[in-house]
This record gives sequence, structure tokens and C-alpha cells, in this order.
Amino acid sequence: MIRRSFVTSLAALGLLGASLTATPSLAADAKVFRFVPHANLSVLDPIWTTAYVTRNHGYMVYDTLFSEDAKGNIQPQMVDTYTVSPDKKTWTFKLRAGLEFHDGKPVTSADVVASLKRWASRDAMGGVLNTFIDKYATPDANTFQILLKEPSGIVVDALGKASSNVPFIMPERIANTPGTEQIKEAIGSGPFIFKADEFKPGVKAVYLKNPKYKSRTEPSSALAGARQVNFDRVEWVIIRDPQTQFNALKAGEVDMVEQPAFEQYYTLKKTPGVKVIDFSPAGLQFIMRFNHLHAPFDNPKVRQAAMLAMGQQAYIATQVGVPELGRMCRSIYPCGTPYADENTGDFTGKPNVAKAKALLAEAGYKGQPIVLMRPTDLASISKIPLVAKQQLEAVGFKVDFQQMDWASLVARRAKKDLPTAGGWNIFLTAWTAGDISSPLTMAMLNAKGDKGWFGWQNEPRIEKLKADFARADGLAAKKKIASEIQAIAFETSTHAPLGQYQSPSAIRDNVDGVLQTPGIPVMWHITKK
Amino acid sequence: MLRFLIGRLLAVVPVLFVVSCVVFLILRLAPGDPAAVIAGNSATNAEIEQIRQSLGLDRSLPVQYGIWLGKAVQGDLGYSYFLNKPVSELIAQRLEPTASLALGTLALAVLLAVPLGTLAAWRMGGWVDRLLSLISVAGFSVPVFVTGYVLIYLFAIRVDWLPVQGYESWSGPGGLLAWAKHLILPWLALAIIYVALIARITRASVSEALTEDFIRTARAKGLSESLVLMRHALRNAAVPIVTVIGIGVALLIGGVVVTETVFAIPGLGSLTVDVVLNRDFPVIQGLVLFFAISYVVINLLVDLSYLFLDPRIRY
Repeated sequence: MIRRSFVTSLAALGLLGASLTATPSLAADAKVFRFVPHANLSVLDPIWTTAYVTRNHGYMVYDTLFSEDAKGNIQPQMVDTYTVSPDKKTWTFKLRAGLEFHDGKPVTSADVVASLKRWASRDAMGGVLNTFIDKYATPDANTFQILLKEPSGIVVDALGKASSNVPFIMPERIANTPGTEQIKEAIGSGPFIFKADEFKPGVKAVYLKNPKYKSRTEPSSALAGARQVNFDRVEWVIIRDPQTQFNALKAGEVDMVEQPAFEQYYTLKKTPGVKVIDFSPAGLQFIMRFNHLHAPFDNPKVRQAAMLAMGQQAYIATQVGVPELGRMCRSIYPCGTPYADENTGDFTGKPNVAKAKALLAEAGYKGQPIVLMRPTDLASISKIPLVAKQQLEAVGFKVDFQQMDWASLVARRAKKDLPTAGGWNIFLTAWTAGDISSPLTMAMLNAKGDKGWFGWQNEPRIEKLKADFARADGLAAKKKIASEIQAIAFETSTHAPLGQYQSPSAIRDNVDGVLQTPGIPVMWHITKK
Repeated sequence: MLRFLIGRLLAVVPVLFVVSCVVFLILRLAPGDPAAVIAGNSATNAEIEQIRQSLGLDRSLPVQYGIWLGKAVQGDLGYSYFLNKPVSELIAQRLEPTASLALGTLALAVLLAVPLGTLAAWRMGGWVDRLLSLISVAGFSVPVFVTGYVLIYLFAIRVDWLPVQGYESWSGPGGLLAWAKHLILPWLALAIIYVALIARITRASVSEALTEDFIRTARAKGLSESLVLMRHALRNAAVPIVTVIGIGVALLIGGVVVTETVFAIPGLGSLTVDVVLNRDFPVIQGLVLFFAISYVVINLLVDLSYLFLDPRIRY
């Protein structure tokens, strides 16, 4: 009797299980792609914020005038053809025919000009380009002109800038919003239409295929070429916990996890049904930044001593923990990018304790504590300050290790106060290669003193060379100037590069065609069986 | 009773005022600046200052508080700095998952814990009592994320009966079935703790009631043991049980961050973590006010329930 009721209960439990699994999941539908981004998508304005997740959302919704191909060359995207006047001061661009925003209105040159003006008001490279621009002109709805005060070699590079802030093209009525205010609509002319009514911050963002998107016909290459969409619907699913991301991928509830935890790398590689891919070959770079305003790092010799104390291998081993994902790279420009240069003087990326100690003694360092900040809540960089502390102490620095959350750190690093009065001496962070592959986009080379980047280095030589770089024509000329800038960067210790690393993604094994890009996960070209 | 009710409701006003004042001050005086977070990694001081101005953070604290309070009394809790959405809308969006999780957990816990606790009290030292001790030790000592991951492994990965993560609204296309499917594992993971808590309280209260004279009288009258337990012992032990359930609801509404994270449930807990980490002041203030109101209302309901559970209580 008991056995019979037990068997009946088991059967009922089985039926319940069967009924619960009877509903097909959306992920089973080959026309739906579910993607777990590296962070919560909260802000939808890719000009207002530099957050990478918002930039990636921008690539879904908006189109760009130019795009970077797999070789790092800038190719026309919305632009059909362009010409440069003999004096190189008038650039004339023709838009491709038939481009249309998601609200059904055609893309016009007025939209382009308004979008570029808003972008230039926020972006560093856009700001540099602005210094060359005399005015914009719109001879007709499909043509726009940029009239320069003097020739510049960065016009196309700036318009094809791949990472934050990207010069995305929006309707004029939206682009007229000041750069300091968020736009209220996400309407572009890109390959996906943003479903505003289904957007739940912290939960999911939904994009539908744009049936009217005019894709280019050239083969897809990184961000350039065709943007063929193979899904009716793409869902960005916000899952914070790395273990839950892994479980969801393994169970087939999602198709791609952009940035799984490094700790799961080997497990993912062994998991049936899952593949590990790397869509961003140039990867990221850890850096250490000094506060040039205050002692002891107002003394270049002390900064050099700190740089010589650094050993990149320890950073990779501690934060990444997977040898095959890290690489030593001494250049301030990421290795594998056009301006990378391993000619770095005394800085070898390996600790030189004896020389660092000698420099410290020469500089007269008296053992005053240096404030080193650590963001405890940012898993991607929370371990590297521990390595910095150890390496700095090894050469004789006395470290005042201050642990805080990232929001506190970014507020504190903006303070110019003395380190003993709420200021700081050192912080560490990471950059994707796309953001630091040019002297014009690398924040650490913003050496305008009080008006520069946190750390406030005042180095007119770097600023002058950056202006020369913006004027230079051709890769060889730019490369020469970029190397000269790097030499000064090491001489004055703007910052220390602490190693380059890859951050691979995990996808289901029925997914193919993920394009290699400069760090941007794009949803076109992907197929799912 | 009406006077009691009005008095309690009026007492909410100074509570909310003090809470809003304290939270406002703590947030402004604590380290962290939302403008610096918004500005991003490559910003300069000038850009951060520009954003501070656009958010109104450059004004004096009394002015900022006055503006916020003026709007709050009209029901306008302001806009999120980051999400560009009204705070009330954000809270409303996240309330359903949290309420579903909290109420379902407690319903499950009460259904299991009250009979278990009552039986344990009735047969102290018996196998039910020993089982309860085991559940209590396990419930209190095993972290919810461990229970959660084990349940996910067993029921979502090994046998694929239930989803790993996410939340589906009961009003969504999947209906009640999809809603329940997504919540069964979180309910179970969380309920273990509350089963332990409520069952222990029930056991203690019922065992105390069972020593009272009226129980001896009831048995002497020849009432069956089930009637003695249900009608006399449990009813007289109900006040502390209801109190702990009320506390449980309040704790669950504001304190299920770990469960929401493990199961990727977009509730108030994960919203609170996000906005605190970003220093999204208007949303934090709105959430704290909401939690304060929830606590007050739940306490009031618990107090009112005493009237029905124990006729000796009068307000």
C-alpha cells in the first residue's frame, strides 16, 4: 500500500516536472538571441556617458558614418563617398541613399551635423577635431561638409572612432539635446530597433531587427562592411552573478555571456554545449596612475622608481589567473595596435628592485605614506591594487592602503586635496584597447595640468605633440609622433602600463559568426542553428 | 480602535520625516559622487562639475532637501540620475517580483512550519521534534546562496525541470505557470530559513500553551487531541507566531538581495544594491521611504491581527 502510494507520488512528481518543462523557452527559438552583457544597461545615451555597455547598446540602435575594419582601417559606413579639397580644408561627404531612422524619417545631413556637434561637445577626440573645424555645411539633404581652419589628419579617424564616445548619428531633434543632458528616446538608423516599452533597467533590454536597415554589401569585417542581422529579436538579459550566468548558459537559457569570470575559464572550456571565444583580440590593459600634484609623486624620480618596481606578470597572474589570457606589453599603446612601440627605456615590465631603491634614495623619499586606493566592489580590477601595494613596499614605499567602493574611488580621485586631507597618490584601472590605442583618446595623455585627467600632469610637450599628431597625415607620420609621445610619457611617468589581457566570452556551441571587433560585442553576422 | 488606528497612521508622518532627513544627510555626507560615476573613466574635473550642476548637486544641502521634500509630499519622488525614469515607476516595476518572492516564501514557510512546530511541541523529543531541530540547524547555518545553487544544480541543470534564473510576471504571456516555474526554487531556498524560524517559535509557543490549565480542562472534557491542539493550544499560541511572520514579511521585502542575485530576480533588493553602488540619491531615498512605510504598515497589520487572535487585547 505504502509502496503503491509512493510510486503514485513519484509518477505525479514526474508529470509535474513534465508539465513544467512543456513550455518551450525563447532561447530554443533560432530567431531569438539572448545575450548577457558585462554590466547592467542603465543609461541609454552613448554620448552622455562613456560606459561600455551603453556604447554597445549604441551599436545596436545607431549607425556610424565610418567604421573600423579588422585591420584597424577606417571604412565608410553610412557615408557613400567622400572627397577632400586640394588644400585639404574642405571635406565633402555623401550619405548612402535610402538611410532611414526607426521613426520612418530619412537620415539627412542636418541630422549628421547635429549629431557630430553633440558628440564633439562630450568626446575628447571630438573636442580635438572641433579645434580644427571652422564650420559645417549642408549643401543638400544627402551631403554634408566639414570646413577646417587648417588641414587635419584625424577627420576620418575621429568620425570612425570605435569606442566611447562613438559619433553615432541620431535624428536632429534628439541630437539637439545638450551633451550634459540625457536624450529621452533611443531612435537611430542602426540594424536594431530598441523596444522602449520592454526595457526594464536591471532586467532586460529588447531589440528587434530593423527590416528597413540598409546594410552595406561588402563582407563584414570587425565593425565595417555588411551588418546582416539573422535574428528577429535580441534580448539583453541582465544577470549579475557569474555562477548564475554560467548556469543559464549551460542550461541553454542564454546564448552568450559577454564577460564570464576568469575563475570559470577552464570549467567553461570543458563544459559540453559551450564554446569560449575571444571577439576582442587586442584585449585590455591595466594601468597605474600617479597624482602629479602632491609629494612624493610630484617628483619625477619617485614616479620612475614606482614604475621600475612594477612587474606585469604578477598583475596578470593575480587578477586574471589564466596564463594564456595575459601578455606582457611594455608599450603604453596596447600591443597589436598600430602605434604600439616596445621601445620603453628603463621600463621593462619586470621589477627592477635595486634600481627603484636607488632612485628613491636619490629622490630623497623620506618614507611618507602614499595613499593607494582599492575599489573592493569592482571584481574586474579589485585585485590589482594588492599587487601594487606589495611591489611598492618591496622597494621601500610606505603604503597607506585605502579600500572603498568604486563610487567612492571615482569621487576621491577627482579631489585635488592633499592625500592626508582626503586626496590620493595612486589608483589603478583598466582600459579596453580601443580607448588607449591613440594618443588623442588616451586619458592618461591628457596633460593639461589642472584641466587634464585625474593626476593632473602638466606636460606641454605632450600636448604639443598631440596637436602635431592631429595635423599629421598618414600612418608613418602619426606613428613617429606617437612614439615621441610615449618616450615623454615614460620619461615623465604619466602612468605605468601593467600588462595586457584578454577577456573572452562564452557562447552556446550552436552559435557562430561572432565578429572580432575592438572590444564591442556586435549582434549582427551571428547565426544560431 | 479607530482612535488607535488614526493615532498609528499619524505617527507615520514624523517617522517618515526623520527617516528622509537622516537618509538624505547620510547620503550627502558619505563618500561618493554620482556625477563622478556618470562622467566615466576618461572625464575631467570640469566635466564632473558640469554634471553636478545639471543634477542640482552644486546647491546647498538645505536647498536640495527642500526641493526634494516639496516634491515628495506631492507624491513625486523625483527622477533617477542614471535611468532617467521616475523613482516611483522604478519601485513599482521591482515590487511585483519581490512581493511574489516574499509572500510565496512566507506562505510556503507557514504551511510547513506551523504544523511542524505544533507537532514537535505536542510530541517533544519525538521524531518530528528531532526533524525540526535538524531543519532549524540547517536552515540557520546553510547560507541561502548554497541552498540556491544546490537546488539549481538538481532541478534546473540535472533534470531540467525548472529554469535557472529570471522572473516572469503572472500577467505575462506565460501566465501563472511561468510565474510559478521561475519562483519555485527561490521560494524553496528562502523558505528553509523561515521554516526554521517560524517552526521554532511555534514549537515554543504551543509547548507553553500546552502546559496551561485550559488545556487540561479541554482534555478532561474529552476533546480529541487534534481539537485540543488546533482550537486551544495553537490559537492561544498565535500571537508570537503572527508577530514573527510579520517581521519575516518586512525582512523579506528589503532583504532578499542574495536570493535575487542567485536567481537573477529583478526585485527591490537588486535595485537597492545597484543604486547604492552608483549613488543614485533620488532612488535610494525613494526606496528607504518605501521600506519605512512597508515596515510601519506591516507592524500595524500585525498589531491589528492581535485583536482577532486574542480577545483579551484591546486598543
